[in-house]
Amino acid sequence: MTFRARHLLGIEDLSPDDIRIILDLADQYADLNRRPRKHSDALAGMTQINMFFENSTRTQSSFELAGKRLGADVMNMAMQASSIKKGETLIDTALTLNAMRPDLLVVRHPHSGAVNLLAEKVTCAVLNAGDGRHEHPTQALLDALTIRRAKGRLHRLTVAICGDIAHSRVARSNILLLGKMENRVRLIGPPTLIPTGAADLGVEVCDDMAEGLKGADVVMMLRLQKERMDGGFIPSEREYYHRYGLDAAKLAHARDDAIVMHPGPMNRGVEIDGTLADDINRSVIQEQVEMGVAVRMAAMDLLARTLRAEREGGTYA
Amino acid sequence: MSTLFTQARLIDPETGSETPGWLLVRDGVIAATGTGPAPDANETIDCAGHCLAPGIVDLGVKVCEPGERHKESFGSAGAAAAAGGVTTIVTRPDTAPVIDSPEVLEFVTRRGREASAVRIRPMATLTKGREGREMVEIGFLQDAGAVAFTDDARVVENTKVLSRAMTYARSLDALIVGHPQDPGLSAGAVATSGRFASLKGLPAVSPLAERMAFDRDMALVEMTGVKYHADQITTARALPALERAKANGHDVTAGISIHHLTLNELDVGDYRTFFKLRPPLRAEDDRVALVEAVASGLVDVVCSMHTPQDEESKRLPFEEAAAGAVGLQTLLPAALRLVHGGHIALPVLWRALSLNPARRLGLESGRLGTGAPADLVLFDPDAPFVLDRFTLLSKSRNTPFDGARLQGRVHGTWVGGHRVYGEEA
Repeated sequence: MTFRARHLLGIEDLSPDDIRIILDLADQYADLNRRPRKHSDALAGMTQINMFFENSTRTQSSFELAGKRLGADVMNMAMQASSIKKGETLIDTALTLNAMRPDLLVVRHPHSGAVNLLAEKVTCAVLNAGDGRHEHPTQALLDALTIRRAKGRLHRLTVAICGDIAHSRVARSNILLLGKMENRVRLIGPPTLIPTGAADLGVEVCDDMAEGLKGADVVMMLRLQKERMDGGFIPSEREYYHRYGLDAAKLAHARDDAIVMHPGPMNRGVEIDGTLADDINRSVIQEQVEMGVAVRMAAMDLLARTLRAEREGGTYA
Repeated sequence: MSTLFTQARLIDPETGSETPGWLLVRDGVIAATGTGPAPDANETIDCAGHCLAPGIVDLGVKVCEPGERHKESFGSAGAAAAAGGVTTIVTRPDTAPVIDSPEVLEFVTRRGREASAVRIRPMATLTKGREGREMVEIGFLQDAGAVAFTDDARVVENTKVLSRAMTYARSLDALIVGHPQDPGLSAGAVATSGRFASLKGLPAVSPLAERMAFDRDMALVEMTGVKYHADQITTARALPALERAKANGHDVTAGISIHHLTLNELDVGDYRTFFKLRPPLRAEDDRVALVEAVASGLVDVVCSMHTPQDEESKRLPFEEAAAGAVGLQTLLPAALRLVHGGHIALPVLWRALSLNPARRLGLESGRLGTGAPADLVLFDPDAPFVLDRFTLLSKSRNTPFDGARLQGRVHGTWVGGHRVYGEEA
């Protein structure tokens, strides 16, 4: 069992074994990260460029920290303020950066498929840090690691993904990953926020929280993506909170030991009750952030290994 | 001056027949056809058993003049058309500036005459500036040669404006070409809603947006009695409405692009922008239903919806990339896929490619009958090839058939008896 992927563009391209390899290595990095000396030299001498075409604090700093802990030289590019404004196309920007010979390119872009397009044009390894409504693979992997550590396994679990599924790349990546690992996935949300054809994705779809949460081992809340909505998906935030916001009463329908997750940033009082989010007995939201760094270290380490193998094989120009 | 085509397989869409025989052209028109001994002529062309059919009348071609000649000019479009067996290009008015006045139309007509190897028949916009507020000078534009009126992909939202334009057009017996897509539902959409669009995270529109808009247009047709052609019907669920409109005696026809007949939404694959079309590619069930509808004659016209886009406007993330595909040169071999697949007979296909669009626009061409202009295409329907998009004669090479295995090679194209493509051109 070896990990051979050239890029990490989506969960769609990963096999269950690939997922296990990443998670196993991430477990080790999670331990490393709890030690006082949080350092490895897995990426020593390598250059990592973070290209974020969409604002991000959490994901970008997580990738930055992951790279630094592995000894890479990390550069952050604020793409909103750069040449894009001068009319340069995505491909030209990518080619320009590629000419500087980075080893790892971490990309977030507001349009689905943009990271795939970019990966076709560059010689370094590309990590998708979220493209439009398409995929956010490292988020799904960190969610998987969090679940595996909390539940002791990553199969035969009932996972309820709740809220704004339609605009969520986190949901898509999680549906794919949890499906590949043989879990039962339920999507719960108002029908306006459930993508069409969702029932064909191998999941159960439900528009009632009480019913949907029944027997759930994991309750994954999603952020209401107000910035992606062009209006009219829900009547108001208060009605949304009333029907779909997670509070103790709704959570009571899930299993007693069900954990609560959220990819953040949270809208407290819109999709999740603030007290519940902070409840250390139920909420693993902080652990998700912690596992995020570990998973990204693992993913970058593995891609760097592929890269090195390629170069030693002489195929890398 | 006379030319005799011998040893031909005559494809006659009027009679629906496919017969071995000869065809005589005299002074630019078809003088006679037959199966027995052939008459004498100044020039004889041995067709070697290949198909001789009326030239294709391609309804809804974008030639990017005026405005974007780097994408397509009348010269390059004409050359591509001739190589593809298209003898009449019916142009769209969504140029820059738009073709909404007799003056601009005259420019287009003149440029077409000067530069194009094949016939150019222009359409004009339905409203000034394609803004959906005020109708164009339909009468003057008709006098200047406009064969139809359309705001194409920019749907006229204001039904009062549209109903007035239709009522006025009715009095001049002018044809209106509609684009049945509900503008509200389809705003921002780049894919057809369903599993594929959801997985790929692409903004999508329900296929019902087409039926909704078509239903609206049918109500307006009933109200005004105008002659109406839907540029593209691409979904199964719009077909009963089309059938009903025809059964109720309304003067309604519909077309579809060859891409929607031969490709489906899954061909987009990994965000391939050459497959980004307007309307977006549909589900396989829709494609199959539409092939049947063309075979039964319910959908009248098959066209290329030729839409040149330069490399830069396609080398972008899928949502940002421009929509449309070129098709003048690939329409014939792509359409032959339907014949080779056993879905439609060659003469029936040719109704949709030449006879029906010509009739709809009141043109004399599109048939092999005596007296028709000698707009002809000679082709071998079986010759196989792999398409290399860089061999296309269009200035833009945005074809979804790059690398595709196709069958059907054009050996010659004649317009008004003059050879515009082939060995002796």
